[in-house]
Amino acid sequence: MKSIETGNNPSSVRLTNIPVLDYEEFFSQVDELMQVESNHCLNYFAVSFDDHYRFICCIGCDEKHTIILFSHEQPKTKEIRLKSITPIHFQFHVFEREIAENFGIVFTGHPWLKPVRYAFDRASTGMVMDNYPFFSIDSEELHEVGVGPVHAGIIEPGHFRFICNGEKVLHLEIQLGYQHRGIERLFVEKPLLIQKAILSESIAGDTAIGHSLCHTGLIEVLGGLDSIDSLSAERIIALEFERIAVHIGDTAALCTDIGYQFGQVVNEALRTIIINTTQLWCGNRFGKGLIRAGGTHYPLTKETLIKMKGNLDEVMERYLQITERIFSMSSVLGRFETIGKVTLKQALRIGAVGMAARSSGLKRDIRWSHPFGMYNKNEFDPVTLQKGDVWSRAMLRKQEVERSVAVIHDLIKLLHGDVTVSPPVNEPKLQPGSFAISLTEGWRGEICHTAITDKEGRIIHYKVKDPSFHNWMALALAVRGQEISDFPLCNKSFNLSYCGNDL
Amino acid sequence: MRELSIFYRHGKQYVPDLRKAELTPLFRGRPMISADISQEEAGIAASICPVDAISISPCTIDIGKCVFCNECSFCLPGKIRFTDDYRIASNNREDLLIKQGNDNLLRINPGFIRYEILSFFRHALKLRQVSAGGDNSAEMELNAAGNVNFDMGRYGIEFVASPRHADGIVITGPISQNMSKALQITFDSVPSPKIIILAGTDAISGGIFTGSPALNREFLGKYQIDLYVPGNPPHPLTFINGVLDLIGHK
Ligand code: SF4
Repeated sequence: MKSIETGNNPSSVRLTNIPVLDYEEFFSQVDELMQVESNHCLNYFAVSFDDHYRFICCIGCDEKHTIILFSHEQPKTKEIRLKSITPIHFQFHVFEREIAENFGIVFTGHPWLKPVRYAFDRASTGMVMDNYPFFSIDSEELHEVGVGPVHAGIIEPGHFRFICNGEKVLHLEIQLGYQHRGIERLFVEKPLLIQKAILSESIAGDTAIGHSLCHTGLIEVLGGLDSIDSLSAERIIALEFERIAVHIGDTAALCTDIGYQFGQVVNEALRTIIINTTQLWCGNRFGKGLIRAGGTHYPLTKETLIKMKGNLDEVMERYLQITERIFSMSSVLGRFETIGKVTLKQALRIGAVGMAARSSGLKRDIRWSHPFGMYNKNEFDPVTLQKGDVWSRAMLRKQEVERSVAVIHDLIKLLHGDVTVSPPVNEPKLQPGSFAISLTEGWRGEICHTAITDKEGRIIHYKVKDPSFHNWMALALAVRGQEISDFPLCNKSFNLSYCGNDL
Repeated sequence: MRELSIFYRHGKQYVPDLRKAELTPLFRGRPMISADISQEEAGIAASICPVDAISISPCTIDIGKCVFCNECSFCLPGKIRFTDDYRIASNNREDLLIKQGNDNLLRINPGFIRYEILSFFRHALKLRQVSAGGDNSAEMELNAAGNVNFDMGRYGIEFVASPRHADGIVITGPISQNMSKALQITFDSVPSPKIIILAGTDAISGGIFTGSPALNREFLGKYQIDLYVPGNPPHPLTFINGVLDLIGHK
C-alpha cells in the first residue's frame, strides 16, 4: 500500500510525504481499501496548482483509528478523463461530482455527474441553476412535484423534485447550491486568523461550535500549539452542549411535524434553557466567539459551572419525562415507526456518517473512531440503533442527549475546578508546505476540515466537509416508497444542513 | 395524568415583558466607545476588526457590519464595551453607526416610517422569511421569536408560509447569487404595501462574507429597507422590539 497513515486527529504531514500514485494504482488502492467495511471516505478533492491538479484522498479507518492519505496528479491538459470510482464504490459519487463541477474533469462511467452547488468559480458557467438536469421519467401515470427553494417554514433554501405515483414517492432528487457563499475561497483570501475563525462559525451557524472546533484543531496542529487539558475539556463541554440543544430542538420539531403540540412546546422551552446557558457562558446562544485557537476569552468559571450543572439537571429531568411520554404514545409511534427507512446496507453504500449512520446500525462516530483531546481519556461508546426509520432517528437523539450529559459530568469531574486562563493565540506561525486534517463529531456527524500551506506557511487551500455532504443521499433514499406527505417528517428527522453543503 | 405532571413542571414559559426582559451580562448588544479613546487606539481596533466595522476619527463602530466577536473590546477593555442592551434595531442605516462617547439608546426614527406601515400593520403583521445564504442561526432565532418563550404572536406578528399571505419579507444571509432570483420572485409575490426587514449582520452588510464573488446584493439597491436588525445572529428580543417599534407599538 502506498500511503501515509496517521493515528492522530488533528494531524499534519508534509505535503510532499503524501504518496503520488498513478491513476490506475490509485484506483485499485481505493478499491482495496473500500472492501473493508470499517473504512470510509473522509474526503476526496482536487487542488489546483500551476500546471497540474493534485487529487488527495483521505480514508478513515474506524477499527484502527487512523487516517490514510494518498493522492494522484494530473497535468492540466485540455481535458482530463478518469475512470469513475462511483460505479464500484458509490460513496465516492458526491466527491467526484464536486471535482467535476469545480475543474471540468470527466469521470467516465459516473452515473450522475451533476453539479453539487453551482459554485461561483465552477469550471463551466454554462451550467446554471435554472437548467439543472433533473432525472425524469416519461410516463402518463407518474407526475412530478417540485418544492422550493423557498419552503413553508423558516428554513434554508433547497429544491426537491419528486416523481410520484399517486401519493407514493418513486424518486426524489435534491438540488442544492442556493446557499453558496464561496466560503472555502474566503478561508484562503481573508488574511487574519480571527476572520477565519468567524468564517468557521458561519459555515453552518447551527453547528458553530462543531465547525469552529474542527477549524481550530487544524490551526493548532499547523501552528504547533500544545493542547491544554482544561481547554480541551471546556471545548468538549461546549460541543456536547450544542448537541444537546439541537437534539432537544429537533425533538420539538419532530413533534410539530406530527401535530403533537404539547411535545413541541415542552421541548422548545428546554432547548431555550440550554442555549441560554451557552449565552451565559460566552454571550452568544450559538457559542459564536467561544472557540479560538490556543486559548479562550471565555473561561468556564466556577459560577458558570454551577449554573450549568443546575440547568442541565433540570432539563434532563424534564426531558426524560416528556420523551418517555412521546415514545409511549401510540399516535406518535404510528407516525414514527417504519417511516423513512434507510437500511444498514444503504448507509454503508452511500458512506453515511453521524446520526444518519448510527440510526441505521452503522457505528460511525469520530468521538470513538478518531478521538481528539479529552475524548481520549475515556473510551466513548456511541449510541447505535438498528431500524433506520424516523423512530430510530428520534430515539437516537434522546439517547445521545443522555450520553452527552454523562460526558459533560465526567469532564466536569476531571476539570477539578481548573479554569483555562490563557487567552487565544494571535496569528501563530503555521508549518510551511504542509497538509493538515482535522475531524470532529458535530451533532449531525463527522466534520472534516483540511488545509494546505505554502512555503511561507500561508494557507493556500482550505476544504470543508459537513456531514450533510454524505447524508443528503440518505434522505433521498429514505422517502422512496413513502407517502409524499411524510416528506417533511423524514426531512426533519435528518435535519441536514443546506449551507454546510453549499459552503 | 402524566401529561399533567409534565405540564405542571413546564409552568409558565413566556417572557412576560418583551420590552424589559434582561439578558445575561456577557450578551453583546449595543457597543459603547469611551469619549477619550485616542486616534491611535482607534487605529489598533480598526486594524484587528475582522469585518472593517470600525472607522477612526471619530472612532465609530458600524453595528450593521459588526459580527459581535468582541475582539476590539478584548484588545481595548477600558475603551470599547458591548453592553447587554439588545434593542439595537433601527430603520435608519446611519443610526447603526455608533460613535465614540455616544451612549444614546438606539430607537426607531419615526420620520422614516412609511405611512402605510402605521396605518395597515399596527395590529397584525404577517411576514415571509427568505434565507439567502443565511447560516441557519439567524433563521433559528427568527423561529424562536415565535416560540413558547418569546411568543411574538401575542402582538399579531407571525411568519407565514405563502408570500401571498404576507405583508413583507425578512431576509437573512448575505444574499448569494444563487438565491437572488428566488428572493426577487418571493418579494414580487407579496401584495403591496409591503415591507423589507434585514435580519442579521450578514443581511445588512454581507458581514464576514463581504466582497465574496458568490454574492449578489443588487436586490437591496432597488427598494427602501424598513428595518435593520443587527446581530450575529440577531437575538429574538432584538427582532421583536425592532418590529414592535416599527409598527408603532407602545
Ligand atoms: S466586535 Fe465588532 S467592531 Fe469589534 S472587532 Fe468584532 S466585528 Fe469589529
